[in-house]
Amino acid sequence: MDKDENFVIEVEHLWKIFSGCVKDIDVTDHSSLARAEEEGAVAAVRDVSFKVKKGKVFVIMGLSGSGKSTLIRCVLRLVEPTAGRIIVSGEEVTSMNKQQLTDFRRRRAAMVFQHYGLLPHRTVWENVSFGLKLRGVSREERREKAQEVIEKVGLVGWENHYPSQLSGGMQQRVGIARALVQDTDVLLMDEPFSGLDPLIRSEMQDELLRLQNEFNKTVIFVTHDLNEALRLGDQMAVMKEGVIVQAGTPQEIVTQPVDEYVERFVQDERRVADILEKEEKYSGIKVVDSGKSKTRKIRAIGIVRGDKVVP
Amino acid sequence: MFPDYFRFHVAPHIDSFVKWMTVAWGPAFDAFSNTVLSMLLRIEDLLLVIPWWLWLTGVMLISWLQTRRVRYPLALGLLLFSIGVFGLWEVSMETLAIIITAVIISLLLGIPLGIAMAESERFSAVLTPVLDAMQTMPSFVYLIPALMLFGLGKVPGVVATVIYSLPPVVRLTNLGIRQVSADVQEAARAFGATRWQMMRDVRLPLAVPSILAGINQTTMMALAMVVIASMIGAGGLGELVLIATNRINVGDGFEAGWAIVVLAIIIDRLTQGLGKRWETPKT
Repeated sequence: MDKDENFVIEVEHLWKIFSGCVKDIDVTDHSSLARAEEEGAVAAVRDVSFKVKKGKVFVIMGLSGSGKSTLIRCVLRLVEPTAGRIIVSGEEVTSMNKQQLTDFRRRRAAMVFQHYGLLPHRTVWENVSFGLKLRGVSREERREKAQEVIEKVGLVGWENHYPSQLSGGMQQRVGIARALVQDTDVLLMDEPFSGLDPLIRSEMQDELLRLQNEFNKTVIFVTHDLNEALRLGDQMAVMKEGVIVQAGTPQEIVTQPVDEYVERFVQDERRVADILEKEEKYSGIKVVDSGKSKTRKIRAIGIVRGDKVVP
Repeated sequence: MFPDYFRFHVAPHIDSFVKWMTVAWGPAFDAFSNTVLSMLLRIEDLLLVIPWWLWLTGVMLISWLQTRRVRYPLALGLLLFSIGVFGLWEVSMETLAIIITAVIISLLLGIPLGIAMAESERFSAVLTPVLDAMQTMPSFVYLIPALMLFGLGKVPGVVATVIYSLPPVVRLTNLGIRQVSADVQEAARAFGATRWQMMRDVRLPLAVPSILAGINQTTMMALAMVVIASMIGAGGLGELVLIATNRINVGDGFEAGWAIVVLAIIIDRLTQGLGKRWETPKT
């Protein structure tokens, strides 16, 4: 199989089974898997494969417990995959030894967490430059690089404050700055805005789009919010019980949901209306055809986004 | 009745083991004994060199810096003053020297042990019952072997005090490290922290409040041990309490006991203030 240079992240047949005491599960063998599950093993990620092109945002959507957080953690091996391959920028993460993995985490991919994960005893700039410190970068250089990024995320003036003195949105800006300063190709975001209130959330989404325009990272973005997924995603995958039930562009998923589960996500009238409203606001284009029927509304989204709507 | 044919005693074996240790490892114990003694005497000298009024102002100043109130430093100063009024100043310093020595040794041993417990499940499983035993075993039981190994005087007193006061700092170091939020640790791991970096930059600093509480507890336990340690000639306030009790001098006993309480209050307040200062500022 020839590798397309354009794909920065490739995940092939990834499995994660939380097995407790059950050992030696062969995921290719159905009876082995069934037996393990009978004994209490849980497959959080089941045979997941996807590819992300350079500079694109890949959104993974699903309800809580669908395995999306486990999946994104597998990319950094914060959760050790049971089977399958993960290749990032041509390097196979799943076969790295401890030292290679540490180096990979330090230089190749950076992550933003829903829970921020900031060090409470360090100031904003020390938190931002934490990854650089782990790499062994000198204090002056850390200070300098942190300052650059702090300016980018709009935290100037807060450098010497502690995380507990900041609001949730600002704490997440620190989290994003900490990831950006690493200067990695890949950015992993695990529900970064889910803990924020709606206004701040949409503000942060704008901020992310702006930063993405500037830095052009390859992003995996996990969310349970359709609105967020549609705004940020170039590609999208919907997960259910560890399986990707549908993958495609946001428009494809909204217009052609493959099953009831996906449909439940996208059929939410209120959400669709919300999106319409937002789309109007951000694109400046008035949606003329705001008819009562669902399909019309969805068409409207396509029109606003300038995409072709298939149905 | 419990059948006799099951009867077996470890007592004679322990006796002969301690006797063998006294002889075979005598020089080693003597060397240790001398090191601890010289350390203790140096601390005692230092404490006595500082004039009483400097002590008083020092304690009051620290207390004021911690609380920014007049009431607390004034109360602490008055308490400390009362020790001098009762003519117990030198003896109190003697006691304080024993406590400081014992606490320093406890921390040097206890904090690394606590870290090791947090790092290794197996080590933790081994050490936990040992700590339990150290805390529940009546101190008189190890007072005698301490006496045999280290001779009469202050050193066995310090050793017995260490045994008694070590567990809290070990436990609270371990607990503090284990309670560090998994979220913060996960983030550090995601950015490529090694095990050592994780301990140095994340787990230990975040465990500091708990470790400080452990230090406070250890100091209090050491203070509680001074009376018992005086039975093997550690001297200090404990000896005065012991003599007064034997002679049924209620008043003398109260004065010496009062001085111990005062020391406890002052040490407790000052070390607790240390813990509060560490907490990160909040708006």
